[in-house]
Amino acid sequence: MAAINLNINGKKQVLDIDPKTPVLWVLRDHLNLVGTKFGCGVAQCGACTIHVNGNAVRSCILPVSQIENKEVITIEGLSEDGDHPVQKAWLEHDVAQCGYCQTGQIMTAAALLKSNPSPSDEDIENTMNGNICRCATYLRIKAAIKTAANS
Amino acid sequence: MTQVKTTINRRSFIKASALAGGGLMLSFSWLAGCKPKDEALLTVPEEWFEFNSYIKIGNNGVVTLMSPNPEFGSNVKTSMPMILADELDVDWKNVIVQQADFYPERYDRQFTGGSQGIRQGWKPLRTAGATARQMLIDASAKQWNVPAKEITTEAGMLHHKSSGKKAGYGEMASLAATLPIPAEVAVKDVGDFKIIGTSRKNVEGKNIVTGKPLFGIDHKVEGMLIAMIVHPPFGMMIKSLDASSVKSMPGIKDAFTIKTLTEDYERNGFDTTSFLELGVIVGNTTWEVMNAKKALKVKFELMPEYSMTMQQFGRGKVTAIMPKGLESTEGHRTEMAKASKRKGDILRKDGNPEAAFKNAAKVLERTYSAPHLAHNTMEPANCFANVTADKAEIYGPIQAPGFITDTLAARLGLPKEKIHIRLARMGGGFGVRAYGHHLVEAAVISQQVKAPVKLIYTREDDMTYGIYRPAYTATYRAALDKDNNLIAFHVKGGGIPEHPIHANRFPAGAVDNYLAEGWAIPSNITIGAFRAPRSNFNAAAEQSFLDELAELVGKDPIDFRLELLERAKNNPVGKDNDYDPDRYAGVLKLVKEKSNWSQTPANVSRGVAAYFCHNTYVAEVVDLKLAGNNPVIENVIAAVDCGIVVNPDAAKNMGEGGIIDGIGNALFGELTFKDGVPDKNNFHQYKMIRQKESPKKIEVHFVKNEEDPTGLGEPLFPPVFAAVANALYQATGKRYYDQPFAKHVEMSPSRM
Repeated sequence: MAAINLNINGKKQVLDIDPKTPVLWVLRDHLNLVGTKFGCGVAQCGACTIHVNGNAVRSCILPVSQIENKEVITIEGLSEDGDHPVQKAWLEHDVAQCGYCQTGQIMTAAALLKSNPSPSDEDIENTMNGNICRCATYLRIKAAIKTAANS
Repeated sequence: MTQVKTTINRRSFIKASALAGGGLMLSFSWLAGCKPKDEALLTVPEEWFEFNSYIKIGNNGVVTLMSPNPEFGSNVKTSMPMILADELDVDWKNVIVQQADFYPERYDRQFTGGSQGIRQGWKPLRTAGATARQMLIDASAKQWNVPAKEITTEAGMLHHKSSGKKAGYGEMASLAATLPIPAEVAVKDVGDFKIIGTSRKNVEGKNIVTGKPLFGIDHKVEGMLIAMIVHPPFGMMIKSLDASSVKSMPGIKDAFTIKTLTEDYERNGFDTTSFLELGVIVGNTTWEVMNAKKALKVKFELMPEYSMTMQQFGRGKVTAIMPKGLESTEGHRTEMAKASKRKGDILRKDGNPEAAFKNAAKVLERTYSAPHLAHNTMEPANCFANVTADKAEIYGPIQAPGFITDTLAARLGLPKEKIHIRLARMGGGFGVRAYGHHLVEAAVISQQVKAPVKLIYTREDDMTYGIYRPAYTATYRAALDKDNNLIAFHVKGGGIPEHPIHANRFPAGAVDNYLAEGWAIPSNITIGAFRAPRSNFNAAAEQSFLDELAELVGKDPIDFRLELLERAKNNPVGKDNDYDPDRYAGVLKLVKEKSNWSQTPANVSRGVAAYFCHNTYVAEVVDLKLAGNNPVIENVIAAVDCGIVVNPDAAKNMGEGGIIDGIGNALFGELTFKDGVPDKNNFHQYKMIRQKESPKKIEVHFVKNEEDPTGLGEPLFPPVFAAVANALYQATGKRYYDQPFAKHVEMSPSRM
């Protein structure tokens, strides 16, 4: 066990925890931030995507010790009231079917637009390729990212 | 206006307050938080008046509609209440939708599967809406002392034109809810719908994009423990489990084994349990339990053959055998090849197919195959359970809660009415969540540890647990006379452990001499419903075969099908033909028009297929090209006849998803086995379709008619397998018989 300094969604706190615990389970089990989803546990599906210092990262294999004093944003902290341009575009395109993977998709998309405000189709396809949507809402995801890019 | 009897859904008129125990206790504390701020803010009424199981109206006119069916992504939580709201004649923006708990005393069919939600909900929902509306009219007539038939409604308002009287539903609700339920009510004419047929956004959209706890896996209560399972390979069972190997690990409470069913329990069709005994680890947090799961010492041994009694849909009581042994895909293939050569059970026979084949000028024979598939819902199996001495509370992802309550009652030793199942939004279902084994497991664990428990499967557990789409094969034969007329058609299909054949489907009815046979090989690898069961293979095989057959007789593949359908319409062969030739031809004609069929766009290869299943007709055209040996899908054009389209944009979304899912499984989907162990257990091995392989464009066109609506969750999925295979043939000059196709794709030298 170790005391880890966390900065999640702007909130600073110290958590006494096994430093090897993946951030995903710190969020879900210890901090009640369940918008970040468990899909595969091996960084293959993207459902657990969060932002660490602005970069999209898979939280399921990231030990909590690695985020000490780093700025972490989860879906709950992406915007005040779901009004991030990517979230708004997701609603406009009514992207979701089951909805389970969508928070991970949104976090990946938001990081993409931050580093590349007007991505090409190829940029979108390459970046979003790490996020599986079993319902296969891929075309709406792509369309929503374009809408968000233009807003 | 059409008159309908309200007895159609008698159950829904039992009010919660009249039920034992006071029925539903509803909390509206979530109300303010669940609506987007930019919509008209709904205020909490001081009082709710309940009209029936589905409808409550507040004194301020706010309406709560209960969505009866579990939601797994087909958007029934939006589209089913839309039907209620339209007949009730309220403004959609004044509607709050709430997920109903599993409540068989109040709702007729809380089952999400078979693409039946909208089809079977259509009449009950319309009747429930229209009945509440009529009761509001009757209340106004009484209060205003005017004839009920002179009162009209619009958007939650009641009007009496000649006296100028007007009232909101909220003002009349308290009186209306006490009036007798009319024996007969009028439902709207199709042309009068105001909400049905207009696109409405997912009522859960905002909660989804902001990551609210909507899913079973998100649930947490004070004192809750986390549980995980360990299961043997197929064909094995637990020999020993050494709890001491993990009990001293941090956060671990206990490790033990559980029986998943009682010994003598007579199963129903959804009681598929891959393993009779499971290892269980219980602890404080998920990560701690995951670590213990890796460290747990558990030994397996071979399982003897066993038999079980099951009540199966349409088949009554059957005895199923689980053979012993460690199965491998290689062995399956050998067995299937052997079985394909033997005679199967005759499922349908018209005319004299043997003689026709004997006298044929030409015979085309082709064999198709498809592997086992794992469902791979993004949310792994999980369930919350809190079982105490006298009751069980269950909350989890379940498509068919009604099929697991008897199992729970028998296994827990509790009366059914003491088991309360709440329906979590499912992170995907695709058929696998119709099987409620995870509910039973969570409940048994909670009962044993005497604490609330959340059971979570790892991805590896979820992928290796079973309940797969079976492996199938089928051999199709067609006999042609000297003028290339189709004189006989023969399909013989089988699988592990069931055959896929729907003997009464097209082209049965269109050919004078027809034979369908089926066979099956028992297996201890469990199978279950997978998006359009059996159809998902039949469409792939049959529609590829028809494409090859059309080419052989020198006809356009759409025209060839239309000719057969014309025959089935004008002079049908046999009886019980399970399709309407006109509606089937309708989607082919529509896709021909919308794809501009005669003009294949430059630089793409084109394939077509059509299929009818789950009461909906679909035809699809795929345009693809090859980048090296990788298929790139440029466009998919679908034509769909599902009758009235309740929520058009959501319907398109469903269609797009079914098409991409179909392309993904056609190209990549495969689960193979070695000695009872699946060769893949996570997404680094199991290739799912991703953004890059998705089509660049999809068009979904609906046939416009006034037929009662049918479902969309499944029907767009099966035909695209064949449309892809047929387009790949055009691109490569090679036919594709064995799924998944991607690994077989190569340009023929002549086309390089």
